[in-house]
Amino acid sequence: MKNNIIPAIRLTLVCLVFFCGFYTMAVWAVAQLAPGQGKGITVSENGKIHHINVGQSFTNDEYFWSRPSAVDYDAAGSGGSNYGPTNPDHLSEVEERITYFLEKNPEVDRSEIPSDLVTASGSGLDPHISVQAAKIQVNRIANAAGISADELNRLVEKHTEKPLLGLFGTERINVLKLNLEVEKSIRN
Amino acid sequence: MNSELLGVFLMYATVLALAIPLGRYIGKVFNYESTWLDKLFNPLDRLFFKLSGIDPDFEMNWKQHLMTLLTINAFWFVISLFVLTNMSWLPLNPDGNPSMSWDLAFNTSVSFVSNTNLQHYSGETGLSYAGQLILMLWQFISAATGIAICAVVFNAMKARSTEKLGNFYSYFVRTCTRVLLPIAFIGALILVFNGTPMTFEGKDTITTLEGAEQSISRGPAAAFISIKQLGTNGGGYYGPNSTNPMENPNYLTNILETVFIFLIPIALVFAMGYVLQREKLALMIYGVMTAGFLCLVIPSIYFEMNGNPAIAEMGISQEMGSMEGKEVRFGSAASAYWAINTTSTSNGSVNAMHDSMTPLTGMFAMLGMMINSFYGGVGVGFINFYVFIILAVFIGGLMVGRTPEFLGKKVEAREVKIAMIIALLHPLMILGGTALASYLYSGNPEAYASWLNNPGFHGFSEFLYEFSSAAANNGSGFEGLGDNTPFWNVATGLVMLLSRYLPIIGPVAIAGILASKKYIPESAGTLKTDTSTFGILVFAVIGVVAALAFFPALTLGPLAEYFSLY
Repeated sequence: MKNNIIPAIRLTLVCLVFFCGFYTMAVWAVAQLAPGQGKGITVSENGKIHHINVGQSFTNDEYFWSRPSAVDYDAAGSGGSNYGPTNPDHLSEVEERITYFLEKNPEVDRSEIPSDLVTASGSGLDPHISVQAAKIQVNRIANAAGISADELNRLVEKHTEKPLLGLFGTERINVLKLNLEVEKSIRN
Repeated sequence: MNSELLGVFLMYATVLALAIPLGRYIGKVFNYESTWLDKLFNPLDRLFFKLSGIDPDFEMNWKQHLMTLLTINAFWFVISLFVLTNMSWLPLNPDGNPSMSWDLAFNTSVSFVSNTNLQHYSGETGLSYAGQLILMLWQFISAATGIAICAVVFNAMKARSTEKLGNFYSYFVRTCTRVLLPIAFIGALILVFNGTPMTFEGKDTITTLEGAEQSISRGPAAAFISIKQLGTNGGGYYGPNSTNPMENPNYLTNILETVFIFLIPIALVFAMGYVLQREKLALMIYGVMTAGFLCLVIPSIYFEMNGNPAIAEMGISQEMGSMEGKEVRFGSAASAYWAINTTSTSNGSVNAMHDSMTPLTGMFAMLGMMINSFYGGVGVGFINFYVFIILAVFIGGLMVGRTPEFLGKKVEAREVKIAMIIALLHPLMILGGTALASYLYSGNPEAYASWLNNPGFHGFSEFLYEFSSAAANNGSGFEGLGDNTPFWNVATGLVMLLSRYLPIIGPVAIAGILASKKYIPESAGTLKTDTSTFGILVFAVIGVVAALAFFPALTLGPLAEYFSLY
């Protein structure tokens, strides 16, 4: 035991300098060449900076709504609801969201609502919704924002992100990118 | 074919295609054979040994190996305690986060030094950047500890009779520099170019399109995330781990992070085949592990993609599957696949909230941790499997009426006793802990109301999951559990400590004792261990010892919930 202590301490210090120091600085140095310089990928629109990978809360009628969030899109304290599948509080919450959605979107049939639009995401910061979730909001936005439904459908089409290489994963829409275009249309 | 399922096939095909050549490479590293990276790493390793005052050629016996491992791990624990309880005044704290309480620091230190990465804090608010970086150091060197001790076991399995099993520090440093460092570095760069933060600036505050203010946590995340996936550590930079869109920005990074979970655990099986020149034995082990993994993963993907029946009753469309706690960019198939990857290895990172998954997916995730050897953690997964092989050799030997032998060494009473104690320790930790928590809770439900986020069967599952995760050195959780309390910090801290070191000490002792015995060449009467028949026997032993021990507890939690829902 005694013979081991000094080498253990010295080896640990070498590892500390090497991994916390050199490895970290090497990754940081290369990050300076990456989009956003490792500070998060942003877009600037109308004088405002937005992080495109981090979801924002959208609840106004003239925007496409994002998914429910257990932390109200707090990007400094992300998290999910952690409700189990049989939790009565969870089920009544989902039912309330469905009722509210149908109230605001009277032309939509209950069976058309996709589950992602009424359930909370894991991080509470999900930047995406499914394509179906965007489509069923078009009529409401057309009425509230005064943009034609055709134009909105075109935007939805344009912002539909295909699966990776067209083969792997889900089809989805980045709500922030889509709403930035909606915002542009409203301003014009 | 469904694009979500194709994504899952792609992830498994990729990891297998990479793990086979990597296993060969790791085998060469363990055998001290030359590789094309030697020009770079030989001088680096010499520098490590020179600065540390270590003679890498000094050969240790199994007891010296364990002493060395335990000493250096104890020292890491002390440093970790110091940093975590003093973060508030140490440098690299731009967000002004506080120091940890003693019980949380104890839990977190044990957790990261033992390669568990159970987290009772949330990264955004609970750690400074200095805290994150020191935990990242444990992610490298606790993984290297597991791999180095696995190399010792490989060395002991060779066909000869010896006490001398190589040098622990030498295996450790070679693992750090030649295996973990290059792969983690490449992974970190891919993450950075896909938008994962790597900065020393503090939070960014922006105004959203609707005019609200949003603070966004950042930090040196990419360097951390890459090694936590690779070293079966699993501790997230952010609270919800790889569910967070900064930690895992898109489907490509999700493939990378998923592949990293399995990469080294699978590669080590092939590394053993290379080191011992026994490829058939490696294939047998890989086959049993894969069969077990498939039994867990196929039904899990099925249940998540089919959605929650209680939500189906409300009449909405569940085409995407059960989406509570999941992210749209991954979908339900890739989330279920990750859940079983991360629990059958001892990784414990998540890309969806396990607490919100359908009951049987939760059960299969728990089973992955209860068995803990279908691929398993880096190094220790193989060591756990080794215990089951010893038990299977013993039972097989009894069945054919011969002295049990494994790789030319007689397996006798002492080795089997150690193996049995280690195999039973795991259920004792999980069931004992769950029983204690349930007893306390049922005695005074009001006082402990903050423990549970969910009522009924699911609440019991939250206890069971937490102790399974601690005992398997996994680190994932049914995160609804209110676990940052002295009881949970101390109880799971002790479980992690015992469940990390005893299952290393036991198998290394067995391997060391066997290594010093006389080598008996194979004869017609030898029970062959590299056949599929023996594979089935190992599988059955795992089923009987590990799975049946947990069946009663599982019926009280996830199975009961399943029958109440379907």
